[in-house]
Parts: sequence; structure tokens; C-alpha cells
Amino acid sequence: MARKSKKSANYLSARTIRRTAKENRRITRQFEQKLNRKHVAPSEYATVMKDPANVLEVEDLKTYFFTDAGTVKAVDGVSFEVPRGKTIGLVGESGCGKSVTSLSIMQLLQRPQGQIVSGAIRLTQDHGQAVDITKMPIHAMEKIRGKDVSMIFQEPMTSLNPVFKIGSQLDEVIGLHNPDMDKDAVKKRTIEMLELVSIANSGAVYDMYPHQLSGGMRQRVMIAIALACSPKVIIADEPTTALDVTIQAQILDILRRLKDQINSSIVLITHDLGVIAEMADEVVVMYAGRIVEKGTVEEIFKHPSHPYTLGLMASKPVVSRHVERLYSIPGNVPNPIEMPDYCYFRDRCDRAFEPCYGEYPPMISLSPTHKVACYCYQQPADKKE
Amino acid sequence: MRKYIVKRLLWSILILFFVSFLIYLLMRSLPSSYVETVARERAASNPQVSYKQWLERLNELYGLNVNPLQGFFIWLSQAIRGHFGDSWYYGVPVTQKFGSVIWYSFALGAAALIFQVALAIPLGIQSARKQYSALDYATTVFALIGISLPGFFFITILKMVFAVNLGWFDLNGIVGRMHDSYSPFRQFLDICQHMVLPTLNLVIIGTGSLLRYTRTNMLEVLNSDYIRTARAEGLSERRVINHHAFRNTLIPLVTIIGGTLPGLFSGALITETLFKIPGIGYTSYEAMLAGDIPFTMFYLTFMAILTLLGTLISDVLYAVVDPRVRVS
Repeated sequence: MARKSKKSANYLSARTIRRTAKENRRITRQFEQKLNRKHVAPSEYATVMKDPANVLEVEDLKTYFFTDAGTVKAVDGVSFEVPRGKTIGLVGESGCGKSVTSLSIMQLLQRPQGQIVSGAIRLTQDHGQAVDITKMPIHAMEKIRGKDVSMIFQEPMTSLNPVFKIGSQLDEVIGLHNPDMDKDAVKKRTIEMLELVSIANSGAVYDMYPHQLSGGMRQRVMIAIALACSPKVIIADEPTTALDVTIQAQILDILRRLKDQINSSIVLITHDLGVIAEMADEVVVMYAGRIVEKGTVEEIFKHPSHPYTLGLMASKPVVSRHVERLYSIPGNVPNPIEMPDYCYFRDRCDRAFEPCYGEYPPMISLSPTHKVACYCYQQPADKKE
Repeated sequence: MRKYIVKRLLWSILILFFVSFLIYLLMRSLPSSYVETVARERAASNPQVSYKQWLERLNELYGLNVNPLQGFFIWLSQAIRGHFGDSWYYGVPVTQKFGSVIWYSFALGAAALIFQVALAIPLGIQSARKQYSALDYATTVFALIGISLPGFFFITILKMVFAVNLGWFDLNGIVGRMHDSYSPFRQFLDICQHMVLPTLNLVIIGTGSLLRYTRTNMLEVLNSDYIRTARAEGLSERRVINHHAFRNTLIPLVTIIGGTLPGLFSGALITETLFKIPGIGYTSYEAMLAGDIPFTMFYLTFMAILTLLGTLISDVLYAVVDPRVRVS
């Protein structure tokens, strides 16, 4: 039975694909029309933060990709909060929806296939106001990208436009969000930003093209671009993955220092638990588009609770411990098309028991800040570790 | 950069030498020659002197009594000094004939290129931005029709529709019947009117490939990381497309268009011939048919120079638009 359904999931007839494509076009067109509207009253996407101490609140976010093979629920009901001045770590394997979550916050999803289907992303504005990014049309979104929320990407080698000089790319962002600045002031600010990210000969780098810089230098420029307008939230999508270890440490250092300097918050996406331990205040563990565990960094590292988090911890090399083979969680992240309604981790979990064959587990609080989605913790007294 | 260009030019001279040598050999090995045709005509009209005798005299007169190798070096030594001789078929100096026809070809080529670029680039960008939309499919179909079907096919259809059925234009020729009685301004308009159909034909057959190039490059650029960065910076969609994406799409386009610039002078042989436009294409076609060695040598060597110049221009332009190839 299981094999049969697997086989039919892999084989799609041309007719099915055509039907899905047609249906998808119908759905995505509605979303697109909503996004492409020109004159939208700001009241339509105005909202208030649940907790004024937060700068970003993601609530029950659902981001789907409408592909010819079926609807991919890349992010399926994710909720987390980013308090002011704090760093939130998003962890998980590849394909868990970490990047899609961050791209949803930026509204940079691959459209028209990728759409935010429901949920809310509240971003704080000045004077106690807030906006809901999921309701914002593109036109309004452009105004807050780079200014209130900005992003550092994984691949510094290709993230800068190869035909423009470093200086002009930085000038562009600064000039765009500070229309009252004149040219000299913008240039001065650019040089200042380059110095802030520890680029020594900022004057020379100003006139260089991206290909003349190393990967680490380019990532510094990317950080300078992201931080140029002192955003409230910085999303760093695996900022150090493509860099070598010594540069990683420097980049993280710069990021941490500047975050405190401009008093913003960081959403740090990585699969490197070492980076999380060093940088994050709170950790969100994602698996197959859902949050399986979240808590403060101490809670997650001292008392990892979800079997998936435990697996992640076990698969991390530790200097003092000698092992023959590094642990790896058996199996793969399941196919995100047509997910079943039971714990997605069940088939890879060594602690699966009867309730796991029921519906998807709810979030269970272990402490006011520590929450986990696993049936192992449902009976409060005896099961707790 | 200067060193590179000088090196390329020196290589071009060497290539040019061999190209012109090959052309000369080919021209001399053609089964019928201009001299034989003339000798046959003279022998027919004047029976006292036989064909053989005429041939001998004419061969001497036209310098064909030497072997092809000697003949080539004689031609070369003259050509280097700028003496390309008289055209046998047209009876005037080659350069004079060339100068009188080249501007028709240039006007035709330039008009076609301007329309091609003006059509292909905006349409290509739009169809890349709206991939798989109705516009994208429509331009793709029309572009492929333009690329696939031969020029003479469209010429026939254009003539059928616009010249025969609608009667808006003359079937062929560069001037109308009343041309000489017009004022200079009317004469100019008359010529323009006769250029419409040939230009239209060149646009139809030439736009497709440029459009597809633009679309492919734009798609590639739009999916690149730096476009995502540009959007993440908060730039408006228009600025992302017109500034960040277009500047990168321009790299291959400029090299392609730059490479075709010398081609403006090469003439459109088929179009000019079918529309009987006295451009360089049509003129050299007639000269080649008649076996006119001086004119053909001049034209084909000129074409070789244009081709070499085209590749050099596109290489240099590459360095101009792409900073990554500029260094060393």
C-alpha cells in the first residue's frame, strides 16, 4: 500500500500536470493581482504588535509553492517572535523551510509559484505602529525592504552585481532610503559603512568591482549594504556557509558588533549549531516546514527535547569526544508534496510510539519559553527528561 | 589593451592574405570566365578572327595569360597600393562603382538594424519578465517563424500583399517611374518608399534571433542572486529591470550587435537582388555571374575585412561592457 502510493506520487500523467498547472494559475493569479495593486491605503496593512517589545512577529505563516507536480507546503504554520535587540536562530536540515520563511518576510519568494497563503508577519514601525507584510502590495513592500528589514545572503560570490562598482551599489541603497542626502553625504556614509565592516582601504574598495574582492570581503560589503540604513531586523541566511572558518568568525563578529551598535535584531538562519550557540539568544528548530521545538539557547542546548533536535545535537562534532563515526539522522526530509497528517518526523524517529500514528502533535510547553511538538512530552509527570 | 588590438590586427592581415589568395584561386578556376564569353561574342559577330585568336588577345589584355599564382601577386601588389583596377563588367573603376552603390546597401542595413534592435530588445525583455505568458508565446512563435523561413519566401508574400493586392509599393526597383520629374525632396521620399518592403523583410528575418538572445539572457540574469539582492535593497521593480538586469543583459547583446556593425556595408544579396535594389549585394551578384574578377576580388576581400573587423569590434566591446574581462 505504502509502496503503491509512493509510486503514484512519482508518476504524473500529462493530463494531471496540465490540470494542476491550470488550477495553479487560477490560484496564483488571485494572489498576484492582490500583490500588484498600485494604490493601496496604508490602513489596509496596518496592524499592531502583540507585544511592543518585539520587532517582528511571525504568526501561523503558511507559504506554499504551486508547482506542476502539486502544492509544496514549504512553510506550514510557523510562528515565532523576534524581540528587539535579540538574535533568533533558525535551524534545520536543508529543505526545512528556513530560507522560505526568511524570503516570505522579505516578500522575495519566487513568484508566481511561491505565495504566502495565510498567516501574519508583523513588523514594527515608528510611533508604536506596525505593518503586516503578508497584506502589503509589492509597491509598499519596496519601501520597507532594505530600510526596516534587510537581508544578507548565503552566496557572497554572486550576490553583488558584477558590472557595478562596490561604491555605486552602496551609494544606491543609501541614496534610495535617504532621499534628502546629497551626493557627497551619501559617499561619505558609504565609506563609513565600509570602514564599519572592517574593510581597511575603504577608499580603494569604493572604486573596485566585485570580482576584485575575495569572498569574505564581498560578504562584508553585503553586510554593509544590509546595515546601511540601520534596519530593525536583519535576516542573515547562512551568511558564513560559503566562507572558510577563519573568515566565518570575523564575519560573525562584525555582525554581532554592528547589531548592538544600531540596536537591531537578527534572524540568523544556519545549519551550523556552533554558530547558533555563539550568536543566538533564542533558537527555533524547523523540520519539513514546521517548528518542532523552540526555546532559549540554553534550553535548546542543555535540554534538547524533540527527537529531531536530539539528532541534530548528536550529529554535531565535539572536540573532546572521540567517535568512530559521526551520528547522522537516518532517512531524509520527506517529500513536501501531500504531507500526511501525522508527525513528519515519525518515520525517522527512534522514539516513535502509538500516539505518533495519530494527527500532528500540538505545541507542548516545557517551560514558559521552551516549546516542543512531540507526543513524548504530553504526559507531564513521568515522561519528562 | 592596445597591445592586444595590435596583435589582433597583425593576425588579421595574415588571415586576409590567405583569404584573398583562396578567392583569387577560386575565381580563376571557374568553368566559365568573362573573357571566354566576350571572345565567343566577338567571334560570332566577326568571323574573320577565330574564337581562339580572340581568346588569346583578350587573355593578354586582361592579364590572364599568367598562371593563377603570378596573377594573384600581380593583383596583390596593385591592391596594396589601392589600385583595384577597372571592373570588366561595368567598365568603370571598381572603387567608383563601389562608391556609387554602397550607400543604398548601408541605408537599407542601417534602417533594418535600427528597427530590429528597437523591436527585439523591448520585446525580449518583456517576454522574459512574463515567461510563459501569452506575450511570451506569441513573440516566440513569430520569432521562430522569422528565423526558420527563408527571406525569399517573405519577399514573395510581401510583394503579393503590399505591391500586387494593395498596390501601395512598386514591385521592385529603387526609384519610381516618375522619379526624374520630382523635386529633390520628393525624389528622396520616393527612394524611401521603395526601401520600405526590403527593410520590412530584413526586419522580419533578422529580429527573431536577437529577440531570443535578449529573452534568454534576461531570464538568466533575472534568476541570478544579484537581482534578488537588488530587490532586497528595496529598489523598485522598474529600476531592478532597467538598471541592474538590463546592464547585465547588455553584455552579450552589445557584442552581438557590435559584431554586426561592419555587416551594414556588406549588403543583403538576396533581398537586394529580389527587389532589384542597386546596392552592393546586387551589384556584386551581377559581377560574379559575369566572372568579373577585379570587382569580385574587391568585394570579397572587403567582406573578409568586415568580418575580421566585426569579431575585433565585438571582442573590444566585450571588454568595454564587462569589467570582469577588462583587467590584463
